[in-house]
Amino acid sequence: MFFTYLRRELRRRRKAALVVALGLALGIGLVITVSSVSTGMRDAQDEVLHSLYGVGTDLTVAKEAKAEEGGSAPQRFKIEGREDGEKASETDDRLMPLGGFDNLDDSVVDKVAAQDGVATAVGALALNDIKFTGDFKPGEMKKEEGKPGSGGGPRVGGGGADIETETFTVMGVDVSALSVGPLSSSKISKGANFAATDTEALKAVVDSAYAKDKDLAVGDKVTIKGKKFEVAGIATADTGASTSNVYIPLAQAQKLADADMKGKVSKVYVKADSSDAIPAVKKAISENVDGATVTSAADLAEQVSGNLSTASNLATNIGKWLSIAVLVAAFLLAGLLTMSAVSRRVREFGTLKAVGWRSGRVVRQVMGEAFANGVLGGALGIGLGLAGAWIVSTVAPTLTATTGGEQPGGPGQGGGPGGGGIAQQLGEGAQQSVDIALKAPVTLSVIVLAVVLAAAGGIIAGCFGGWRAARLRPADALRRVE
Amino acid sequence: MYQLTTVTKRYQRGKQTINALEGVDLTIATGDQLVVQGPTGGGKSTLLQMLGALDRPTAGSVSIDGTDLARLSEAKLTKVRAATIGFVFQSFNLIPTLSAQENVETALVPLGVKPAARRKRAAEALQLVGLGDRLRHLPSELSGGQQQRVAIARALVKEPKVLLADEPTGNLDEDTRDEIMGLLAGLWKDRGLTFVLVTHDSSIARRAPRLAVINNGRLKVTERTP
Ligand SMILES: Nc1ncnc2c1ncn2[C@@H]1O[C@H](COP(=O)(O)OP(=O)(O)OP(=O)(O)O)[C@@H](O)[C@H]1O
Ligand SMILES: [Mg+2]
Repeated sequence: MFFTYLRRELRRRRKAALVVALGLALGIGLVITVSSVSTGMRDAQDEVLHSLYGVGTDLTVAKEAKAEEGGSAPQRFKIEGREDGEKASETDDRLMPLGGFDNLDDSVVDKVAAQDGVATAVGALALNDIKFTGDFKPGEMKKEEGKPGSGGGPRVGGGGADIETETFTVMGVDVSALSVGPLSSSKISKGANFAATDTEALKAVVDSAYAKDKDLAVGDKVTIKGKKFEVAGIATADTGASTSNVYIPLAQAQKLADADMKGKVSKVYVKADSSDAIPAVKKAISENVDGATVTSAADLAEQVSGNLSTASNLATNIGKWLSIAVLVAAFLLAGLLTMSAVSRRVREFGTLKAVGWRSGRVVRQVMGEAFANGVLGGALGIGLGLAGAWIVSTVAPTLTATTGGEQPGGPGQGGGPGGGGIAQQLGEGAQQSVDIALKAPVTLSVIVLAVVLAAAGGIIAGCFGGWRAARLRPADALRRVE
Repeated sequence: MYQLTTVTKRYQRGKQTINALEGVDLTIATGDQLVVQGPTGGGKSTLLQMLGALDRPTAGSVSIDGTDLARLSEAKLTKVRAATIGFVFQSFNLIPTLSAQENVETALVPLGVKPAARRKRAAEALQLVGLGDRLRHLPSELSGGQQQRVAIARALVKEPKVLLADEPTGNLDEDTRDEIMGLLAGLWKDRGLTFVLVTHDSSIARRAPRLAVINNGRLKVTERTP
């Protein structure tokens, strides 16, 4: 009888059922939409962090910055004039460590790798290549060194010299472990990545934005310190923000750098055994490796600003409270509607009690109806929620994430495209913006949550209605039609 | 069957106390018929509630085959209603979403009758009241008289000892009224039921073998020996 009665009620009093179900559906739909938007926000933030770090990288280790040391060494340019005083066209190619001279010893990589919880640790050397091309007029150029000043603009005129500069960043990467490190946040879109045996190869991988700007294709040559590197592949950064313009094998980078960079790396990229292990690994490295600064994704997340983080906070805070409020309202509304539906059926339930139905049986019937309404509301709510999430994903508002310190503007040398990687620039207080289209993915757990909420809503509504039904007197059956 | 002694029922409405029944003494023998008459608000329905175990008296005792309903728990009263008493109401009180057959079945649900047997007995009961061809009709698809027949089938399907009817013809036209009264009288005779009928209809009251008039909660029984 229970199911027959339930089925008849739902079918023949469709409108009443639909009103309760719609109330619940609105609440549940909102929860789904808000949850998936905040999942999308989290994904977007993760994406930003990945671009900062490399997908496979959990921690980076850099040398502890010392106020006195580093960056203070003068950069000098040496362009030889000719003895005979003829007009000359000369080039100088400088390859300097990007972060000044705060470099780590190779041995640190092994030391870090030896720590508990570390899966992989690889070193990378970030360099900045500055090429000077100058026309020199005779007589004005002696054997002396020209001093155009470090990091000058693209066109520096001085001492009778007309000098053009060209800057790009070079990253020496460990070709034996490419899943971790600066290249891990990029995908090879053309050509091929380094092979594990390419340790000494004259091969380069070029960032897609830089390649486009310089019209470089696979098979072309890039000259660094007079060495011609063949472009093996074009790398596209996952979020459009690459860590470097040109990637070459680490050993080559160490060899070619002007300063003595043999056995030096600027950063160690670390992959932990599991994400749970990251805090412990961070602690171990800080304690056991002298003079190292360890940065985790969480540290970087705190530095992510811009409307992404604002929107993310909005979604997680206001969105959460809004959906809780709407949900509570929906539950209450469903409860009250169910209660009033029971009140309208006083004579019906009174009659059943008069016929000999136990109060419990009547209450169960009311609860069953409310639960079915809840399930219907859940189904409608999931539909509404999916529609909401789909709309958000389709409209896909663009969010901007800004990473790095408060000081705006990069250093003067950032004249080249890309201007170096964010990870590198972070230490120098530079900013980098990443645009990300917001998606609202609906996860299985959100659907499960919706089903649970629907059931809960039905049960709550049923409790309201059941409470009312339990208090009905069987004598009410004899009441006159009102 | 029934033995009522100084039954009093009071309703509290705010500060006002309404004495719906006032010291009612009444005996109804098994298989007897009692017709109850009286003005509106006199206490007829309240008396029927006492007899039908729908409510307990404020004072006095209502004993049915020796069991005092005034002392029973709500659960026990429910059992008495389920097993012993058949009700017929003025406004039929059918479940609007259930078919005629399903409405009749509701009376067998608390008795734990299996679904198949339930359906069969409900169909037989409807056959008996002349609605064998209307099993699947909804109440809204039946006339007033037919609806009351369904209600009578529901009251009788469990083979109760007592049939209580509160103005069963109050909502029906004259021809239908006679039909229903004829049906009820026939069933009472055939089944040896104890039958209490509340009615405003003086033509019925005139023919009644035993008449109770209830006024302001006070009951007066007139015996008529033919
Ligand atoms: N649940 C209740 N709460 C308060 N007062 C009630 C309640 N039920 C009945 N009464 C009062 O008790 C008195 C008797 O009511 P009852 O329904 O028994 O009268 P009745 O004789 O059946 O009248 P009618 O012919 O109109 O059906 C009336 O004054 C009524 O207002
Ligand atoms: Mg009445």
